[in-house]
Amino acid sequence: MKTRIIPKLSLRRVSRSLPRATRSSYPGPIIVSARFASGVSQPPGSDYVSFPGAVKSAFTNDLKFTLPSDHPTLPTYRVADQDGNIVDHSFEQDLSEEEVIQLYKKMLMISIMDVIMFDAQRQGRLSFYMVSAGEEALSVGSASVLEKEDVIFCQYREQGVFAQRGFTLHDFMNQLFANKLDKSCGRNMPVHYGSKELNIHTVSSPLATQIPQAAGAAYGLKIQRINDPSLPPRVVAVYFGEGAASEGDFHAALNIAATRSCPVIFICRNNGYAISTPTLDQYRGDGIASRGIGYGIDTIRVDGNDIWAVREATKKAREMALQDGGKPILIEAMSYRVSHHSTSDDSFAYRARVEVEDWKRRDNPLSRLRKYMEAKGFWDEAKEKEAREGTRRDVLKAFSQAERERKPPIRSMFEDVYEELTPELRAQMKELRDHLEKYPDEYELGEYEGGKNSLDS
Amino acid sequence: MSRYLRPAARLAASARITTAAPRSLPRLTSSAAFAVSQRRSFADVKGTKDYTVREALNEAMAEELEQNEKVFILGEEVAQYNGAYKVTKGLLDRFGEKRVIDTPITESGFCGLAVGAALSGLAPICEFMTFNFAMQAIDQVVNSAAKTLYMSGGIQPCNITFRGPNGFASGVGAQHSQDYSAWYGSIPGLKVVSPWSAEDAKGLLKAAIRDPNPVVFLENELMYGVSFPMSEAAQKDDFVIPFGKAKIERQGKDITLVSLSRTVGQCMVAAEALKKKYGVEAEVINLRSVKPLDVESIIKSVKKTGHLISVESGFPFAGMGAEILATTMEYGFDYLQAPAQRITGAEVPTPYAQGLEEMAFPSEKLIEDYAAKLLRV
Repeated sequence: MKTRIIPKLSLRRVSRSLPRATRSSYPGPIIVSARFASGVSQPPGSDYVSFPGAVKSAFTNDLKFTLPSDHPTLPTYRVADQDGNIVDHSFEQDLSEEEVIQLYKKMLMISIMDVIMFDAQRQGRLSFYMVSAGEEALSVGSASVLEKEDVIFCQYREQGVFAQRGFTLHDFMNQLFANKLDKSCGRNMPVHYGSKELNIHTVSSPLATQIPQAAGAAYGLKIQRINDPSLPPRVVAVYFGEGAASEGDFHAALNIAATRSCPVIFICRNNGYAISTPTLDQYRGDGIASRGIGYGIDTIRVDGNDIWAVREATKKAREMALQDGGKPILIEAMSYRVSHHSTSDDSFAYRARVEVEDWKRRDNPLSRLRKYMEAKGFWDEAKEKEAREGTRRDVLKAFSQAERERKPPIRSMFEDVYEELTPELRAQMKELRDHLEKYPDEYELGEYEGGKNSLDS
Repeated sequence: MSRYLRPAARLAASARITTAAPRSLPRLTSSAAFAVSQRRSFADVKGTKDYTVREALNEAMAEELEQNEKVFILGEEVAQYNGAYKVTKGLLDRFGEKRVIDTPITESGFCGLAVGAALSGLAPICEFMTFNFAMQAIDQVVNSAAKTLYMSGGIQPCNITFRGPNGFASGVGAQHSQDYSAWYGSIPGLKVVSPWSAEDAKGLLKAAIRDPNPVVFLENELMYGVSFPMSEAAQKDDFVIPFGKAKIERQGKDITLVSLSRTVGQCMVAAEALKKKYGVEAEVINLRSVKPLDVESIIKSVKKTGHLISVESGFPFAGMGAEILATTMEYGFDYLQAPAQRITGAEVPTPYAQGLEEMAFPSEKLIEDYAAKLLRV
């Protein structure tokens, strides 16, 4: 805060040191840098504004406020309609039948896993879970056109992104059950996945913090590539809900990404609800997309239930993000949160069950893709049944394996608080080891990987 | 000491001290869920009624909304959804959407809005879904709410109450289970209170809403569903508990356990165990108020017992325990027969694993063992 005052003081000092004549012809303290000084003065007879804050704005003598309602609602791009028929005739399918089936199976996998894990939480087998029903096309589709090297930040409802990039059922289950194979060493709440190999940052609970971080990561990638042009061009993709876009962090992120020209794709999952808050109480503008334009960011709104639209938009966005040395892109993908917010929520307290059932039946990303595949003739009822049963079996198998797996080594509770174990932590670790050795019958160490031996320094 | 404590002591002298002991000691709630029944029993012969902490908070807000039209409540999920932890249940229906306001998910936004409303003369209650999320808005709390009265030369009071769950929860990991008592307690201009029982909750919240200063009101998620008997006096709508005055929850002569919020209940359990096992009488002080801190009660108790342990759930470094011990050392060093001890949360980001999580916070057994060790019994 202090820093905001200091530059002003130094400006005043600068202007005081200038000769009187110069000062009067340059009103205001804008003499600091040549970059800003250039467009300041108003040429005589000019018909547009030359203030540094709004260049090329035409003068008008009509006192008229711009009303949001003057602008038509931004359109929503779609490739296929609700029955899976292609309506964008310029759309060219770049995937083989097998590849389409693979996408469908990924969507199926997370939707089946969600139902099973939601019930498992209800049975008390894990403390928390979040499902992503209704948003499978959005997450799987967008992830399927990003490169492996691209960096991803998620909010918490992007199972599909993890699955599409190669997170296996075992990876999911190991994290959910916090066993020794869990990459976060059992330290996180369920659904806080992360993967270094897949270039996905670990999910963090506080809302919207990932959005400015993504802008920063993109800036980092851009600088890296300037320093070493042999590196492949990379972008950052960041996911968030329309509720998170109310946080100050969202606005800070879009502004900094635009001003620093960061190659980042902001992907907003607008699913209609932030816990119980409907979008009407969340914002009054034209969705999240209209904000991108305000920040000078190229923006598109797509039908999030249409996997082809999501893929086409993300593909194009990635291309654009890498043009002209990098720039941010905003995609607002519209969907409907068919599920409850999390296992701590019962959404029928604030919306009608029939509304949800209606959405499930009328427009569901899975059934839309299924209809597409059936129309093309490479999918049918028998294959559907087989895929569903097979996936269910796989999920349950990974489930029971992960639940039985041993817990992380005892040592891991000392590690990673700091980069290196501090002397205090080492002493505590030794103390614990001595204690366990002194009272071998008092503790059940078998369920921890390595038993007490993990405490050897 | 008396100079140091004068304002609090004056308030205390005029206060009626309620001494109803909890009929049933709070159980450790093992689940983060808030699906605890909201039943309220009928009055018994003495006129006391069982209230959950949640009901007490709800009643306090309802009464203040009723009595002062400047009071309103805002926050995420407080209206339509009745609050993420159901603390504001029924308030929307009763007071309408002008007084009970759902906000977008913008802690810095709605907190700033509430501070602005307070600076303009209203008396907002700003609910944070948890104080962990209030970090997004801490600039508004610390730099604006706490300091504007001083910096405006006294022309802009800020009558605001920030409330929400704080401290240890269950099964929600490192980013959702922190205790901010010491954080807010260190800011000049803020008053900070933290209730344990239903009476605390009601009396302190009403006092917080009426207090012309910004008050940070730190609740605990695991206490919401716990029932306490509420005296007849406390059930009335004029019941307030003065700030800066601790409550002796249990009389004792051998050791003083100073505590606040949920750990008070743990101290009560430990005190009973100490009596049963060792015949030791522990005095349990429920601080109620972090700032101003009731040093007088602590020192009086230490004069009697000669031993002190502070019990709290925050991190150890520069925490509440450090403050309590340092203050005791300054004003009561000569009465201590052994070095005072502190029991705190562990110096570690709260682990998710259930066993480790339990060990990361004070437990009844730990308090009992440390007290026994300190007393050499």
